[in-house]
Amino acid sequence: MSDETDLDPTEPQILPLDAWHRAKGARMVPFAGYTMPVQYEDGIMAEHLWVRESAGLFDVSHMGQLFLSGDGLDDALEALVPADVRGVKPFAQKYSLLLAENGGILDDLMITRWEDGLYMVVNGAVKYDDIGHLRDHLPDAITLNQMDDHALLALQGPKAAAVLARLVPGIEALVFMTGGRFEWNGVPLWISRSGYTGEDGFEISLPAEHAQAFADALVAEPDVKPIGLGARDSLRLEAGLPLYGHDLDEETTPVMADLGFAVASKRRREEANFPGAARILIEREQGAIVKRVGLRVDGRQPVREGAAVLDADGSEVGKVTSGGFAPTLGTPIAMAYVPLALAAHGTRIQLTQRGKVHEATVTQMPFVPHRYVRSGGK
Amino acid sequence: MSRYFTEDHEWVDVDGDTGTVGITDYAQGQLGDIVFVDVPDEGKTFAKGDDAAVVESVKAASDIYAPVSGSVIEGNAALGDTPGLVNEDAEGEGWMFRLTLSDPGELDGLMDEAAYEAFVAKL
Repeated sequence: MSDETDLDPTEPQILPLDAWHRAKGARMVPFAGYTMPVQYEDGIMAEHLWVRESAGLFDVSHMGQLFLSGDGLDDALEALVPADVRGVKPFAQKYSLLLAENGGILDDLMITRWEDGLYMVVNGAVKYDDIGHLRDHLPDAITLNQMDDHALLALQGPKAAAVLARLVPGIEALVFMTGGRFEWNGVPLWISRSGYTGEDGFEISLPAEHAQAFADALVAEPDVKPIGLGARDSLRLEAGLPLYGHDLDEETTPVMADLGFAVASKRRREEANFPGAARILIEREQGAIVKRVGLRVDGRQPVREGAAVLDADGSEVGKVTSGGFAPTLGTPIAMAYVPLALAAHGTRIQLTQRGKVHEATVTQMPFVPHRYVRSGGK
Repeated sequence: MSRYFTEDHEWVDVDGDTGTVGITDYAQGQLGDIVFVDVPDEGKTFAKGDDAAVVESVKAASDIYAPVSGSVIEGNAALGDTPGLVNEDAEGEGWMFRLTLSDPGELDGLMDEAAYEAFVAKL
């Protein structure tokens, strides 16, 4: 038996809930420079299905939490991302992309307007690169604080709102992509209705020293179980959500990545003053040469990152960037970059992995419908 | 009938010159939920240590090596529809393939159950 999971060779750092995960039976692995729980005793499949049916608690404290403030912040940040930052209302959250000069994606991130600045959540694996990029490109008037004294938890699933409301009354009034300030036993919480599973759910930022007590209070609820990174990956794949460093990187643009909604602001397109604007706006009109698509793979064998996409002549024309078994669907699914000519839904394509050919169909994403609560709150 | 173990967590039951191969309960626990097993076809021949089968969990693919040299008599067809048998009964119903041993002398290099348990205890 050989395990092909590749592990980060550098010495991983320890997160605030490390001992808590171990006490809960987690299998800890190096990820994004940290030691993280990949699964608990129930295993990835059971954890995945639990989130789709009930509520799962994820520790995502490896992600970068940044707070930016200073005069002219909105315009300064707009020079680095394609989002309408000015248009982000107080306590509203917006998905955007940190772009390189050539339009390649340096990271994907969430921007939220706080009372006196912008709160951003960036990917753990590239957060130090992001911070360096922001410091290099933002004017001196802008202050950037890394909130590394804060943990970040996510509670996701159809029962998340009911469970969280028992601990933190008032959260049920939030809608998808908005947040607010709350308190639990005197501990200040920033809570947004957002996540990375396709389910309704919440992300909770709180001082690291209180994370363990809050996690204990959540898993004391019978509807909540701790969920590892393994299920986080299979859940986000079913939800069609890209993972930076795999489905997105500096070689991909927002249009190639099918993230056109990240360039949806008419004002930003007309001003065309974000990095790579010329290229991205042409791609937006004419289509990029390749596009990120979803694939349903025939049979039962998962086709994983790195597998080649073949055209009708058997030439390699693309790559699988994420792939695995979809527990909710009971079939293998994947994301891949394919030439535009092969990107239409229903197109049959071939993949090769370790010398074996697999048949697949280009499929609309998400693979499993999103269940976000967008209005009314409940 | 005797059971032998490898350091790569395969087991082989030997009856005369016929061997039945699978992965150990420890191995299935490490792999987690198994969603696909690619077993070898009848007639395929292996040298000891060759890639013989592939086990896919939700998270990763793992190669299963031939613990001894030989020629495949049958793969476990039941794993096609129910790969989870490997999780439920790795050292029984979850067997992967049977083969005719071409060099029974190779068994001398494998561990018995007590030695394998001691090996796993140190991991």
